[in-house]
Amino acid sequence: MTVIEARGLRKAFGATIALDGIDLRVEEGRILGLIGPNGAGKSTALNAILGLTSYQGELKVLGRDPWTERDQLMRDVCFIADVAVLPRWMRVSQALEYLAGVHPRFDRTKAEGFLAKTDIRRAGKIRELSKGMVTQLHLALVMAIDAKLLVLDEPTLGLDILYRKQFYDSLLNDYFDRSRTIVVTTHQVEDVQHVLTDLMFINRGRIVLDCSMEEFESRYLEVMVHPEQVASARALKPIHERQVLGRSILLFDLKRDRVDRSRLASLGDVRAPSIADLFVAVMGNHASQPQGVSR
Amino acid sequence: MNMQSNPTAEPFASPVAAPAATLATRPFYWSVRRELWENRSIYLAPLGVAAVFLLGFLITTIHLPGQMRGVWAGMHRHDLTATPYDIVAGLMMLTTIFVNVFYCADALYGERRDRSILFWKSLPVSDLTTVLAKASIPLVVVPLVAWGIVVALQWIMLLLTSAVLLGSGLSVSAVWTQSPFFRMSLLLLYHLFTAHALWPAPVYCWLLLVSGWARRATLLWAALPVIAISGLEAIVFHTWHFAALVGTRLIGAAPQIDLRSPDTLPTNPMTHITPANFLSTPGLWIGLAFCAICLAGAARLRRHQGPI
Repeated sequence: MTVIEARGLRKAFGATIALDGIDLRVEEGRILGLIGPNGAGKSTALNAILGLTSYQGELKVLGRDPWTERDQLMRDVCFIADVAVLPRWMRVSQALEYLAGVHPRFDRTKAEGFLAKTDIRRAGKIRELSKGMVTQLHLALVMAIDAKLLVLDEPTLGLDILYRKQFYDSLLNDYFDRSRTIVVTTHQVEDVQHVLTDLMFINRGRIVLDCSMEEFESRYLEVMVHPEQVASARALKPIHERQVLGRSILLFDLKRDRVDRSRLASLGDVRAPSIADLFVAVMGNHASQPQGVSR
Repeated sequence: MNMQSNPTAEPFASPVAAPAATLATRPFYWSVRRELWENRSIYLAPLGVAAVFLLGFLITTIHLPGQMRGVWAGMHRHDLTATPYDIVAGLMMLTTIFVNVFYCADALYGERRDRSILFWKSLPVSDLTTVLAKASIPLVVVPLVAWGIVVALQWIMLLLTSAVLLGSGLSVSAVWTQSPFFRMSLLLLYHLFTAHALWPAPVYCWLLLVSGWARRATLLWAALPVIAISGLEAIVFHTWHFAALVGTRLIGAAPQIDLRSPDTLPTNPMTHITPANFLSTPGLWIGLAFCAICLAGAARLRRHQGPI
């Protein structure tokens, strides 16, 4: 089942084009990471998907138009947009009560179970919680909703590494199953590298990379080239080159350049690149040549 | 499925048979509750006023027997014992105006300022439901709260007066016979819903609309058009009709609501209410139409608005 389908999605704020006609298709059971620099259009895309902003073009989320049917859509979709947006005056118990009241798919017992694993007091007010605890609470609330699509927009911004790790661990262990779909944007790409099933890079309102993680792993290869082999490695047209401690590290797109894996292994030490490495490479190229390495 | 009143089937029937009405009213009910959680001044302000008033009343009641002995005419006696009841009702009406104005000016602004709108919008509650729940606070909840507090307070005062009078050997029959409390309570309820909810509704709905639009200083933005129009009218026509219109709406001064003898307050048992008169006032319906436009506008605005 297709959860999100967008065709020619466009959004402009005055003269600034936030989304420049993107096509997007997210199938059920995927965890898609939407990665891009600040102002790339990630949040605008998510806001359009969540019915928080109007747009041009075609967009269907679970078969609905998010802009006109947000309230019905939110029975099957939940989202954490930004950190600490829970109302500060609210008590934890009131948040549970309210959600149980308005949300037909909210399971209060489940939420209390998640909260029992944290230090969050039920009688406490949200303003008394630390930023990390507010995120824990929000995640507990969201995970107790039996939704089809979960959207996370920078859910762990400003949190320390322990909270971040815990956040994605509970998401995978306690929430995700093959019938749910998650879309996440974050700048902390190293946190999500092993969480994602799909990867999408977005820049200046356009999608510049769209691949599954299996494809990512088989397609991109990084070689720490032996100093004497640098010239012959460069001849194979790497998509990116950087220097670390005097050694050249070259990133290759095996599919585009039809480079052989064993050929690269003979030039130096090969390894799978991190998402961050590929991101730097793709964004660097994208800045110089607008079409980048779009497939 | 079988919808007969079968007691054993009922627990199973209720979630399945949950009609569309339940689905629509549940978010509304919880939205109103959350307004009460967030804005505790809705009941704390009237309660505070009531507490202060009760203190003042206690002090004067102690001196009441002496005053009662000095007064001979029954009419004046009535004034002595009944006036505090009118004062408390009037005081409460004034309190509701303040509570409502400040509530409405912040209602759709606060959630954008503290970014919690992103949380509210992540739930299956429509913008219209949210706006209507917020509008129900000044139009339904606050009048009911004020009424409940006044009635409770009047009973406490009645019992206190009786106790003091009995303690000093005076007859309490005048206090009980001259103040028909049941009728007074009903009159007060009618007055609160007509003069302090329906009549000033356009003002409150206008404030709600502006609170959903302005990025800061909502009260100032809401007042600006009123000041501008009044100023223009004063310069061009040398009259103050528009300012008077807004002012009388806000304080709930509508001659059509009831007929009363001079010098009496609307809760005085001498007042004759004239609902038919009030309901046939074109001004009422023009005002309510304006309310509908404001609320529809506020719901539409909320769809477009995000955190500021």
